[in-house]
Amino acid sequence: MAEPLLDIRGLKTWFKTDDGMVRAVDGVDLHIDRGETLGVVGESGCGKTVTARSVLKLIDMPPGRFEAGQILWQGRDLIPLTMDEMDKIRAKEIAIIFQEPMTSLNPVYTVGDQIAEVIALHQKLSRKQAIAGAAEMLRLVEIPNPERRVHDYPHQFSGGMRQRVMIAMALSCQPKLLIADEPTTALDVTIQAQILELMQEMKERFGMAIMLITHAMGVVAETCQRVTVMYAGNVVEEASVGALFGDPRHPYTQGLIRSIPRVDRSAEKKQRLEAIAGTVPNLLDPPPGCRFAARCKFAMDICTQGLPPLKEVGPGHYVRCVL
Amino acid sequence: MSAPVASPATVTAPDAARPLLSVRDLRKHFAIRGGILSRVVDKVHAVDGVSFDIKAGETLGVVGESGCGKSTTGRCILRLIEPSSGEVWFQGADVMKMDHNALQAMRRDMQIIFQDPYASLNPRLTIGAIIGEALIIHKLVKSRQAMEDRVVQLLETVGLRPDHMRRFPHEFSGGQRQRIGIARALAVEPKLLICDEPVSALDVSIQAQVINLLEDLQEEFGLTYLFIAHDLSVVEHISTRIAVMYLGRVVEIAPAAELYDTPIHPYSEALLSAVPIPDPTIKRKRIMLEGDVPNPIRPPSGCHFHTRCPIARPDCSQRSPVLEEKRPGHWAACHYRD
Repeated sequence: MAEPLLDIRGLKTWFKTDDGMVRAVDGVDLHIDRGETLGVVGESGCGKTVTARSVLKLIDMPPGRFEAGQILWQGRDLIPLTMDEMDKIRAKEIAIIFQEPMTSLNPVYTVGDQIAEVIALHQKLSRKQAIAGAAEMLRLVEIPNPERRVHDYPHQFSGGMRQRVMIAMALSCQPKLLIADEPTTALDVTIQAQILELMQEMKERFGMAIMLITHAMGVVAETCQRVTVMYAGNVVEEASVGALFGDPRHPYTQGLIRSIPRVDRSAEKKQRLEAIAGTVPNLLDPPPGCRFAARCKFAMDICTQGLPPLKEVGPGHYVRCVL
Repeated sequence: MSAPVASPATVTAPDAARPLLSVRDLRKHFAIRGGILSRVVDKVHAVDGVSFDIKAGETLGVVGESGCGKSTTGRCILRLIEPSSGEVWFQGADVMKMDHNALQAMRRDMQIIFQDPYASLNPRLTIGAIIGEALIIHKLVKSRQAMEDRVVQLLETVGLRPDHMRRFPHEFSGGQRQRIGIARALAVEPKLLICDEPVSALDVSIQAQVINLLEDLQEEFGLTYLFIAHDLSVVEHISTRIAVMYLGRVVEIAPAAELYDTPIHPYSEALLSAVPIPDPTIKRKRIMLEGDVPNPIRPPSGCHFHTRCPIARPDCSQRSPVLEEKRPGHWAACHYRD
């Protein structure tokens, strides 16, 4: 098998707080192959965003620190790299877009200047050429009147248009991997559909891989090839989209899928939703053993004794559960 | 620049017994002030002629995208925001004509829960004090002991423990805080509960817990809900009937299942098709809407949706469609769909 584009092994990103060490990411393994879309799903606080930011080393240290693990980018570990070395990888090879584009765009510069800055980082161009390049990127992400809009400021764009600007900026150096951290969560559903379609088009055009971080199972089902499910800092299941939705094996994944109301099932009416009882554990002092045990319907004594390993239950389908 | 909308007579379902709540041609225009004299320079047409009824015991879902006026509608009904014009009838009484005392008395029967249960709970009060406050204001308990007993009962009703009454809001998770908000609303034994995005801030597994709780409470206490949310899956799940709003107007009202199976309005159709389905084996035809929702300061003329509508014809920008009963119990505002 070819070497994966990105291979995260046993990553532990912890944060030192006044109350103690928060084990936000506590032994995560995942990989992304060239050109594929990997969904990383889980609820608030499961560590999906910290995992994504760890890849680009966008974690403030301190309070954060890499406790263990490797982040292999095309075989090379990113963790020991200096900030200067990381700058050669950021944007050019791995780009990231965030949930709230307004907080990641600088309000006092035009969007053209901001995109041009990224373009100029990696190519020797005059300002005029760089601005023209920025307009070309805006055209690519289907922003109307790109030559005029490059001179506008972020506040002059709507939420959906700002996310298009972010995508334009992220793609301007043609990265091999785009990390999209909840890119459509702040958007209305019709705008979400537009942005997801745009990401799909861009992926096909540039042949990049996407790491899509989201809590929305519907978005995963419609856009990803493979999925990694996270819970309380651990990976609990990894599978192809078909296997994950067709045959979810971890009780948490099963619960997650069954707890969503389904628009397309109005005919067979109104089953009660299957809620997962309880709440997520405190990562200051995670329970020994399986982190989901306290909320799991099938929990046994053995579940609280040690963290079960990820075991393969089908081709490419891994589950962290003793069952 | 407000357009004509359905007159009250045309939107009252003929078979309905007196509804618990009737809203007629409700409007709320927010003034935009500018210049050094802070003169009114423009108006946002947040709610632009909304009419509907809610029968006792049913759940009317209200869906629509950001800025469609769904939350403002909910707040205008309680007069938390003063409507610009229109009528609100609750249990046969004219809410718009009520003075302060009458309004306070009315709010015992009509309560609201909010999206962000943290912002709506006073951080300096214990949970017992937060829930007990409503009991004191409405003089529903005679002694401190009676109040504590009632608070304990309410906490147990919403799935919390009696000892939680001594704690403060920051000690609870989002889902638990929403349960506290529900307990506070239930304290005065309301008939109508306005739920404004009650589960939007919650993770899906917790969201399901709160939805199930709301369904149980409805059954136990015979509650009526006005359920406002942007998540169509959630609204479909919990509602008896659903109203779809776009730019301050209701474009369609129908029984929940019928709306999802056979939507009439092109906007409802596009909105439904945009919802991602958590099943990779289902491939649907998606109706992509072009562009963004227009600015509510200057909504498009005629039908507000004509700028994005896939079936718009020239006269859609001239004439405003009224809500018409296209099928029994299924109302839509479109010139060209039946």
